Amino acid sequence: MSNERTIAFRVNGREARPTVPAHRTLLEALREIGHREVKSGCEKGDCGACAVLLDGMAVDSCLTLAWTAEGKEVTTVLGLGDLDALHPVQQAFSEGGAAQCGFCTPGIIVAAKAILDENLDPSEEEIRVGLSGNLCRCTGYTKVFEAVAEAGAALRAAGSGR
Amino acid sequence: MSAPASGSAPLPNVRLRQVGRPLTRTDAPGKVTGRTPYAGDYVMPNMLHMRVVRADRASARLVRLDVSKARSLEGVACVLTGADLPDRTASTDIPGQTGQKRLDTGQQILVKERVRYFGEPLALIAAETRDIADHAVDLVEVELEPLPGVYDPVEALKPEAPIVQGTTNVVAERRIRKGDLDAGFDAADLIIENTFRTPFQEHAFLEPEVGLAWLDENAVVNIRVSTQVIEHFRPIADAIGVPHNRVRIRGALVGGGFGGKEDLTVEVYLALLALRTRRPVRLEYTREDSFVGHGKRHPFVMTYRTGVTRDGRITALDVEMVADSGAYVFLSPYVVLYALVAAPGPYRVDNLNVHARAVATNNMFTSAFRGFGAMQACAAYEQQMDEVANALALDRMEFRRRNFLRTGEPVSTGFVPPSAIWTEQCAERAWAALGDPTPAAGPLRIGRGIACYQQSYGRLTFLHDTSEAWVGVEMDGTVVVRSGVTDIGAGQVSALGQIAVEVLGVTLDNVVIYNSDTAVTPLAGTTTATRALYMTGNAVKQAAEAVRARLAERAARELGVAAGDVDMAFNEVFVTDRPERSIPLVELVRLCGAEGIHRSELVMFRAPFGDFLDPETGQGQAHPDYAYGAHAVEVSVDVDTGEVEVLKSVAAHDVGQCINPAAVEGQIQGGAQNGQGFALSEEMLYEEGRLVTPSFSEYLMPTAMDMPKVECILLESRSGVGPFGAKGIGEPAMTPVAPAIANAVADAIGVRVFEMPITPERVVMAMKRRDAGEV
Repeated sequence: MSNERTIAFRVNGREARPTVPAHRTLLEALREIGHREVKSGCEKGDCGACAVLLDGMAVDSCLTLAWTAEGKEVTTVLGLGDLDALHPVQQAFSEGGAAQCGFCTPGIIVAAKAILDENLDPSEEEIRVGLSGNLCRCTGYTKVFEAVAEAGAALRAAGSGR
Repeated sequence: MSAPASGSAPLPNVRLRQVGRPLTRTDAPGKVTGRTPYAGDYVMPNMLHMRVVRADRASARLVRLDVSKARSLEGVACVLTGADLPDRTASTDIPGQTGQKRLDTGQQILVKERVRYFGEPLALIAAETRDIADHAVDLVEVELEPLPGVYDPVEALKPEAPIVQGTTNVVAERRIRKGDLDAGFDAADLIIENTFRTPFQEHAFLEPEVGLAWLDENAVVNIRVSTQVIEHFRPIADAIGVPHNRVRIRGALVGGGFGGKEDLTVEVYLALLALRTRRPVRLEYTREDSFVGHGKRHPFVMTYRTGVTRDGRITALDVEMVADSGAYVFLSPYVVLYALVAAPGPYRVDNLNVHARAVATNNMFTSAFRGFGAMQACAAYEQQMDEVANALALDRMEFRRRNFLRTGEPVSTGFVPPSAIWTEQCAERAWAALGDPTPAAGPLRIGRGIACYQQSYGRLTFLHDTSEAWVGVEMDGTVVVRSGVTDIGAGQVSALGQIAVEVLGVTLDNVVIYNSDTAVTPLAGTTTATRALYMTGNAVKQAAEAVRARLAERAARELGVAAGDVDMAFNEVFVTDRPERSIPLVELVRLCGAEGIHRSELVMFRAPFGDFLDPETGQGQAHPDYAYGAHAVEVSVDVDTGEVEVLKSVAAHDVGQCINPAAVEGQIQGGAQNGQGFALSEEMLYEEGRLVTPSFSEYLMPTAMDMPKVECILLESRSGVGPFGAKGIGEPAMTPVAPAIANAVADAIGVRVFEMPITPERVVMAMKRRDAGEV
């Protein structure tokens, strides 16, 4: 395929240099280089399963062309924490039963992180607005709202030098 | 929160250490980190990428299908059409499909001549890359000659309607005739008749259908696939023409099912191309593929005619149900059977007539969806209960109270459920939990609604359901469970772990559960019909108990007591009333190992086996048991715009016994969302069978902005036929939600919208009819 370019960006702190055509989305590029934790649910920006942080801002990676990530920092759910060291948001989702089938969870946790980066003590309305781009069919969101609030409380407690 | 309630059923003497606690599920850490591989996350070297070419008309004759340009595109490995396939069909066939009109439930794998629904597959393409496969789809030339179609099940019953397939559009017909209907209506002071309509619904799982197939060293077709049913290896083998032991399904944790991955999805297409190309092939549906590629919830038209006395006793009920089966049969005969059995709801109706039919159209085929006909029936009977109460000027709760089925009384088929019927307790708790009413303000009117339900758990008894499980204790005291069950997100696998460790006295981090592999895990049956916990939970419990009995017997000799005096907990084996006399589990297991005492067990759990219901009267045992409960809501309705907002949503269910209360609540809260979308916003719009809403920007399920926090009240009668007295909650969670909302809307605006979803347009139209004095 012509029209390919090698682009350089960082994913979860590591350099990546995939060679991709102009129409390749960041979602496809990330999954092709092994970032299978980024999920594909609709490929048109309706569901939010593919959300990642791009220089700290939550975006749908399916609506982001890979070329536009050149020089940027991408954070996936795995960049927040891993099995041996869960991030407080991941911890709250795990212990609070906020992940059911779990397919929307990587995107929702990324969106939750973006909410808490703005405000460690978000109101319920702020949580709802922050998650409004993420669809979930299993949880009805109740435990998701509770987990985001719980993670905020944990982060506040940690930040207060406990 | 979990609050065991007092009730009429006796409580078994149980002391549970692990069961009943909201433990962190075994699948949670992998899901919150993204480490868990789903079926779509597997790739193989030399893998091909597949696409499905679909018909863009709902009723047509295939005049020309030219794939030569697609075949000659560089990078295309294989293109298959109906002409390349032998005359086999693929279907979700269940042995014993007694009582349906059309015996052949099969669907052609690829269209040979006749297109019967929009999106029906015409050709399969496998290429070196997804881009090439996409390009090849565009090169396929299709000529379709439009044929007359029928797009409404009531129209399809008319003599002049085009026949979709075979000789009749009626694909299934069932009846209940009980008591004396005429005498019942004669005894009535008032007869109320209404017709209710429910819509198509899309499952909208977040993970589209996906799979990867390859041939292994034994020439077995392996398919790693997102499915609720690994037992489909049999119909897959039949469809591709190989023996059953030449297809192996390896499941994965499923990214949502809800019945939408109960039928075959991508498996046959994958198997055909893996066989043909002898290379690994991967097929992932786009979201649009998913919308047109799997069966929907059956739309129902239900007419209820209820006879009541002035003091609110139901004397007769006559129900007519017509369900849209779409272009192929799939599970329609079962769905209408569920609707038939559920028709009167959790109420005592001695004089009952129900007539239910599934009717073929050229719409999208319909099949399994959480609630499976019984929830559509609930949408009708609970709205009808409110309408009758209003006509009697009787309080809605009081009218229900006077007619509730109570423990020990028979359901519509004459069968007496073995468990407690706590509908009333649940309804009172849910209704009370709504608390003080929200004040009306400006254009907002406030309304409240409640709905009660009866929903089966476990499959139809004439299907003779079984489930196998293997449980073993390793030499270091860790536990292994093997069960073929698929986990579709409800925590099916983790619950099995919780049950096994309860019995064997270890902790949840000491168990590994292997599941959903037809070659290595004992077949456990489907994750459908709210059966997984009931069936696989009982199988695992019995297997673990068999192992425990042998371990306890050996421990008793070591401790010098009777086996019945030995208890096992927290990795220790001890004398029940002298826990200081103990032996570590690991030492006991080594002893057993050295002496050749069997530390594992394979068990088959059998549900009650029944005969088919009497074809004339519909009497008999349809299901093993039933769950009961209620859902209550408060809504606001904007009388200017017709918009409905759900302000409060409270569920109260008798779940028998929670295995994991957090998982139970999760099911209920998700069911609340599923039902709320069904009631208010989820609308599949078809134009002559063509779906015009094939994405989440058009098909609107409730978002984080729309859902209230859902309050769960868990009652535990410990009377169910599941492990430790559990009932099921997967489908019950959803069943009563939509009618509760419909009743609340009617309460708010004083007029009923008889067709779901209750969109702003329908609300405004109903208020106009009310203001014009038409109702």
